[in-house]
Amino acid sequence: MRQRKRALILIYAVNIVVSLLYISPLLWMISSSFKPESRIFSDMTKGLIAFIPTDFTLDNYKEVFLRSNLLLYTKNSLFYVSVLVALSLLVNSMCGYALAKFNFRGKNLIFNVVIALLVLPLESIILSLYWVVIRLGWNDTFTALIVPFVAKCFNIYLFRQFFLDIPDDLIEAASIDGAGTVYIFFKLVVPISGPVFCTVLILDYIGYWSDFMWPLLVTLSENKRSIQLGLQAFFTDPPIYYGPIMAALVLSVVPMMILFFVFQKYYVQGIAVTGIKG
Amino acid sequence: MKTKKTKSLKQTEFKYVALFTFPALFLLSYFMFQAMVLAFGFSLLNFNMLKPKDAFFVGLENYRRLFTDPTFYRALRNSIYFTFVVIIYQIPLAFGLALLVRKKLRGVGIFRTAYFTPLVTSITVVSILWTFIYNPNPTQGLLNAMIVKFGMKPSMFLHDPKSAMNAIILMSGWHSAGRQMMILLAGLQAIPEDLYEAAAIDGANAFGKFIHVTLPGIKNVMIFVVQITMISAMKVFTQPYVMTQGGPKESTKTLTYFIYQQGFQFRNVGYASSISVLFFIIVVTISLLMKSLIKE
Repeated sequence: MRQRKRALILIYAVNIVVSLLYISPLLWMISSSFKPESRIFSDMTKGLIAFIPTDFTLDNYKEVFLRSNLLLYTKNSLFYVSVLVALSLLVNSMCGYALAKFNFRGKNLIFNVVIALLVLPLESIILSLYWVVIRLGWNDTFTALIVPFVAKCFNIYLFRQFFLDIPDDLIEAASIDGAGTVYIFFKLVVPISGPVFCTVLILDYIGYWSDFMWPLLVTLSENKRSIQLGLQAFFTDPPIYYGPIMAALVLSVVPMMILFFVFQKYYVQGIAVTGIKG
Repeated sequence: MKTKKTKSLKQTEFKYVALFTFPALFLLSYFMFQAMVLAFGFSLLNFNMLKPKDAFFVGLENYRRLFTDPTFYRALRNSIYFTFVVIIYQIPLAFGLALLVRKKLRGVGIFRTAYFTPLVTSITVVSILWTFIYNPNPTQGLLNAMIVKFGMKPSMFLHDPKSAMNAIILMSGWHSAGRQMMILLAGLQAIPEDLYEAAAIDGANAFGKFIHVTLPGIKNVMIFVVQITMISAMKVFTQPYVMTQGGPKESTKTLTYFIYQQGFQFRNVGYASSISVLFFIIVVTISLLMKSLIKE
């Protein structure tokens, strides 16, 4: 018993030390965003003080709003990622449902194509995809950021796996009661499939919010610029001061942190599920 | 269980099949499939994006040029090095973290979240943050300030071709070990408890249980983790773009960065497409190899 207790204390002690060490870069980011520039540098050599806000100030945040359009970039990203994720949920869940519950010729073929396309790395087709999008005249538009990524094989696969577990009897019963296929899907299946929708939503929202390469290629103007590109521009635009840049980084992380804490369960599940089902 | 066939074999009306599958299939074929076919096609052309009308067929010339281009070999070597070191550093790190938070104890969720947080901040955010941490000047870089405080010599980190890639690797592993940790954790929790009890009855100590129960039980999940880590590591782009622009002396120029440079900076669509095709073959080969390992 005593040995068990000692083991428990050890687990907690190791976890506390390791987790503090692990998030220390982020603590430095947050504390520096609230410090005057000179203080960031002078605290650096004083050990733990570097990670604690001293000489608290909001000047860095004011500087961000004066010198950068961060609010606009945040709005852009929130807008295009929201539309993209909403369309993706609709289109892929419908396709996944058809592959799980419909009977039609070519179903297995379609499913196999979806599985095969899963391994396709976006980076290997990004140049030709760019070409396709430019030819459509979508250069520097939100359309270019959204439409090519609405259909996603991995999401179709996840939805299909989830819908397979819904009992056929349930659907048949509704069908006998005279409900149509579309009605059954939207009024019966979707409401009981919250978990899979939440999982896809949070995985994709954080994924597209963090995307860097595609927005870098297809957008040019200020009023289409995504948050990640906005940060990069602010980071490379002199004069380079640590404080305001740290403040911009902190601000850019806030929306995703909120979303993460709301959907934490599904995010964790989603990542674990990708692992187990392979 | 998962493959249970639908009982009634009544065919679904075509209008519903079309309504439910057409949007996804149309978008997939118009964008992903078309782009894939075009990538193969472009790789056989001499094709400058600014002068598409002047494109002409050159057969395998781009591939011949690729295999004699020292920059290609450097990028390939950099990507393989990055992938290899990330695997031997990040996966043990993730596994260690998973073991730390494995027990369902009060408050353990806080630690899990802590190991997970860097993942929720974007790779761009941590790349910018770590560029400051890696500042070679001990009065401006956090890590060098610490190093000097402990009486050691400061490192040039991102400014030295010898250390730049390692610095990027150190940060990348830190950023995404949480993902592997979660997958491994799910794998650990799927190992039946009675296997441990049986081992205990056989007189196994903690180490014996780890070797004879935990490791065999986690094997397939571990192979899967290696696979997804390899693939995502091969794709590394944002870190060199933000932190080093592929430098110094091309020491952090990866395959995807090379594609970006040739395709978008120099507008050599044909040449960049041949790199893309090769990149595609490498990633697919890794996927298939690892999949065949899991089946055994």
